[in-house]
Amino acid sequence: MELRPTPTEFLSRHQDSSAPLAQLVSQVQQAPNWQEKYRALMLGGKALAPLAPEWQTEDARVRGCESAAWLYHHGEQGKHYFIAGSEARIVTGLIALLLGACSGKTSEELAAFDAAAYFSALGLEGQLSPSRTNGVYALANRIKELSHEDTP
Amino acid sequence: MNIPSLRNQFPALDQHIGDYPLVYLDTAATSQKPRQVLDAMANFLTTDNANVHRAAHTLSGRATASYEAVRDKLKAFIHAVRREEIIFTHGTTEAINLVANGLKHRLNPGDVILVDSAAHHANLVPWQQLAAQTGARVEAIPLTAELRLDIAAFEALLEAGAAVVALGHVSNVLGTVNDVKTLCAKARAKGALTLVDGAQAVAHQAVDVADIGCDFYVFSGHKMYAPDGVGVLYGRFEALDSLTPLLTGGEMIKTVSFADTQFGELPNRLEAGTPPIVSVIGLGAAIDFINSLDRLALQAHERELMARLRAGLETVPQIRIHSPHDDTAYAPNSGAIAFNLGDQHHQDVGILLDQQGIAVRCGHHCAMPLMSLMGVKGCCRASIGLYTTPNDIDRFLAAIKEAAELLCP
Repeated sequence: MELRPTPTEFLSRHQDSSAPLAQLVSQVQQAPNWQEKYRALMLGGKALAPLAPEWQTEDARVRGCESAAWLYHHGEQGKHYFIAGSEARIVTGLIALLLGACSGKTSEELAAFDAAAYFSALGLEGQLSPSRTNGVYALANRIKELSHEDTP
Repeated sequence: MNIPSLRNQFPALDQHIGDYPLVYLDTAATSQKPRQVLDAMANFLTTDNANVHRAAHTLSGRATASYEAVRDKLKAFIHAVRREEIIFTHGTTEAINLVANGLKHRLNPGDVILVDSAAHHANLVPWQQLAAQTGARVEAIPLTAELRLDIAAFEALLEAGAAVVALGHVSNVLGTVNDVKTLCAKARAKGALTLVDGAQAVAHQAVDVADIGCDFYVFSGHKMYAPDGVGVLYGRFEALDSLTPLLTGGEMIKTVSFADTQFGELPNRLEAGTPPIVSVIGLGAAIDFINSLDRLALQAHERELMARLRAGLETVPQIRIHSPHDDTAYAPNSGAIAFNLGDQHHQDVGILLDQQGIAVRCGHHCAMPLMSLMGVKGCCRASIGLYTTPNDIDRFLAAIKEAAELLCP
């Protein structure tokens, strides 16, 4: 049987991480220099509860990442919830920023979400390019794809 | 030699990444190109652009003459005996595929293909494909604990018999240099055909295929200050002539009817379709550029840079260097050094270096078997070119210290 987070886990993680993720966004935005931005990112990645080892499966792996990254999606009552993680710390921080913007949103909100503009506004222009080593780009694309799907 | 003036000939190096001037330490992935090469290609496209070996008109005549002149330059550059021994390909990978595929009719079930454990995927996967198609099998030539090719193990493998031996000249990850002359002599004495992947060697040292005594030697233009899209397959004439073509069509034929096709002679027989003409012109200009330099002085300059790089990295307590120490029993490491910052993920290190304008490669370097021998998922690699300066090295070292402070405070 395929192991994946239960709907309850999606919802409780969403609730638990909403405030810390919002705080992370403002910390990154207000950081006075790149060193502080990345320090905040690395600490902020911890706002996401770690991805259980049994969830680090090939099926959940997002391809196109130099560091392994995994993404789970759950849709409920027209809203989308995500659980994700990466083995690299900065990428985990970037994923946290992404989930901060995408978790609990509707399909319409996610369709209108511009990940490049979002990172750029946070002063992280370079972090979203269609490079095969850039996990964040692949994750942002995957989130967009999943926002069209309902969880069965 | 005046290195700053050399550096000025590479326009791409003169730029900022964010607030930082670019430090390009990813030459092993691809080199930057000097003005001379850029101009040669632009001039060719502006005045001589035509297909080669085809039309009777003046432009095609000029294009063909320029294209074939590069073949002669390459013959001299690597000391081939005949111009027909130089085959233009689209890169190292295609060159190795051309050889592996071309040997299909010569390999039998049970034949052994020995492959350097440090080989990048381009010098492993085509051999695996050849093995799958012929019933031959691929065996890894082990490395020593130091990550150098294990010569005693290689000799034992040869003793058991091998049809083909595929070696790297310089490791793209570690920068270690194989004594390919000795290794090829041992292989030849046991009747094995030899292929040497010189992709990481040609930019850093003079290559003499006659002296090495290999059957095939392959490399890419883009790692030796020429454009991408062009590579070279050198083959000893008889060895090359025995290969069946990988691609057919275009000017590689002698006669074609619907009943039958006769293939032409070398080199055309192995150059199907329209070749990468503009890239070949650029490669010719890159050879002229390299030939205009004092190669011994250049090598001494690069060795000093490598020593500075290693010594600097050794002062950062968290750094784990994977490349073995230089040892008088071996040729000095060339071009690249591989390391990890403690247990930090290589991508985190790469991102923090990029923030400071430093370009290095972080990943598995298309050498997954080697990563597994090193016990890592990936690593970082700093690699130099003739335009690298001591200041570049110092900037890189300051940046890696900054990354270390952020990642492992």
